[in-house]
Amino acid sequence: MERLVVEHLTKRFGERLAVDDVSFSVAAGEVFGFLGPNGAGKTTTVRMLGTLIAPTSGSAIVAGIPLEPENGVEIRRRIAVMPENPGLYLRLTVAENLELFAGLYGVAEPRDRIESALRAVNLEARAAEPCGHLSKGLRQRVGLARALLNDPEIVFLDEPTSGLDPVASREVQQLIDGLRGHGVTVFLTTHRLEEAERLCDRVAILNTSLRTIGPTEELRDRLFTKTLVVRTAAPLPSPADVFAVQGVESWRAADTTRYLLTMDDPRVAAPAVTRALVAAGADVLSLSEAQHSLEDVYLELIDEDVEATR
Amino acid sequence: MSFDRIGAVMRKEVREFRRNRFVVGTMAVTPIIFLITPLVTLFNVPASASGTQVRSAVGLLSLLMLIIPLVIPPVIAAYSVVGERLQGTLEPVLTTPVRPDELLLGKAGAAFVPSVLIAYGIYFVAAIAVRVGAAPVVSDVVWHTPQMLAQLLFTPLLAGFSIWVGIGISARASDVRVAQQLATLAGLPLLAFTSLISFQVIKPTVPIAIGLAVALFVLDVSAYRVVERMFDRERLITGATRQG
Repeated sequence: MERLVVEHLTKRFGERLAVDDVSFSVAAGEVFGFLGPNGAGKTTTVRMLGTLIAPTSGSAIVAGIPLEPENGVEIRRRIAVMPENPGLYLRLTVAENLELFAGLYGVAEPRDRIESALRAVNLEARAAEPCGHLSKGLRQRVGLARALLNDPEIVFLDEPTSGLDPVASREVQQLIDGLRGHGVTVFLTTHRLEEAERLCDRVAILNTSLRTIGPTEELRDRLFTKTLVVRTAAPLPSPADVFAVQGVESWRAADTTRYLLTMDDPRVAAPAVTRALVAAGADVLSLSEAQHSLEDVYLELIDEDVEATR
Repeated sequence: MSFDRIGAVMRKEVREFRRNRFVVGTMAVTPIIFLITPLVTLFNVPASASGTQVRSAVGLLSLLMLIIPLVIPPVIAAYSVVGERLQGTLEPVLTTPVRPDELLLGKAGAAFVPSVLIAYGIYFVAAIAVRVGAAPVVSDVVWHTPQMLAQLLFTPLLAGFSIWVGIGISARASDVRVAQQLATLAGLPLLAFTSLISFQVIKPTVPIAIGLAVALFVLDVSAYRVVERMFDRERLITGATRQG
């Protein structure tokens, strides 16, 4: 079931095109990564879907409701947005901050809900502390607790681990994983590609327009050929003969003892290459498939854009 | 319109300024300064003073008492939107189901209640002090029913106007101090009006007091409507007005 359907969404600020003809959909319970460089339009997209700003053109259905000005209140009732800066009232305590938002969402039994939100982010013991006394990581957790108050169908998280140390980031990531477990759709914008790779079911890469979308694995396959890396103790006397086996499309020497072989399916080619190396009497140190990270995918696409604008 | 949401905004606002030394200081000190000067003047008016002398001295008290609801609310109201915007708290609030009118009324209510309570409180302290310590001729003018009625009616209405002007400027300003200064200045034209009453150029009779109060009420409602229309989510979040 689709929780978010976006069609040809476009936003202009005067002459500047911030988001250009973006279309995608996100399913219930999916963690969807929205990646892109600074100024790519990620936050603008979140703000449009969160009814904070109006699209110039295009349409969307957010939590089952068409994105129209008259539906703003109803949409906001069903979603939660945590901006990059959690925007807490620093003079108020954690509980008082949450009390305000429970009131704005019209939460029934606010005390119980606040307690359970604080329990979810492991902050019960800090409820009476002013937010100004909390570390950045703890403030992010308060922001997340706030996002849980209204039991949202979709949570938009804008750079939720920005500026956090690795331990605090890991805690926030565990919370996001927990949301998925509860069937909440998570729309995650982040610069941390390893975080997106670990958490997201699918990612979209935006650079004003949508550059690609899909599961990380599929994006890698789409962009990169499969590569087998062979390392030997000594240079092969006749590598062209050794690598002339079934499944290997081409090869090149990365250095005197390292060879890169491209192929369609490593499951077919790798055993044949292994046999050929053994038959040639090569001292093989390692034979492994080259792994392309989401970062490689991202850089490939963004570099293409940079090249295109030169 | 949800009164629960208005209440939630009001509670938050009151909690915030209770913990803001600048706000608490301004709200505590300003009225006391406004109280001391006219009281000293009134206590020095002799029992044999002419009617003009008495009216002039009482006029100063009345004027300063009516300035209180014009100068205290902008301190709070002018911060209400631009302050939140600058500290990054406005965007999360606007992502909730709260509607502009609810948010504005919550913020206005939170500025209105303490301002009016302080203005009334100071006025009653002044009136009682005059009754106890000033010459009977002064006390008679201060405790004159139409004079008191005008004071009681105009205080909340002037505060209301001052608050809407403050919030309106706050919704357009990009700096808190500038907003506070502009909001205080913007309330000053009403001083001319209060001066006419205070110095009895317009003699405060009951019908005149009620008539002017109705006019002020209409002005307050109009100011609220203008501010509500000025409240543009997109501009507040991005600094840009809506395109297309």
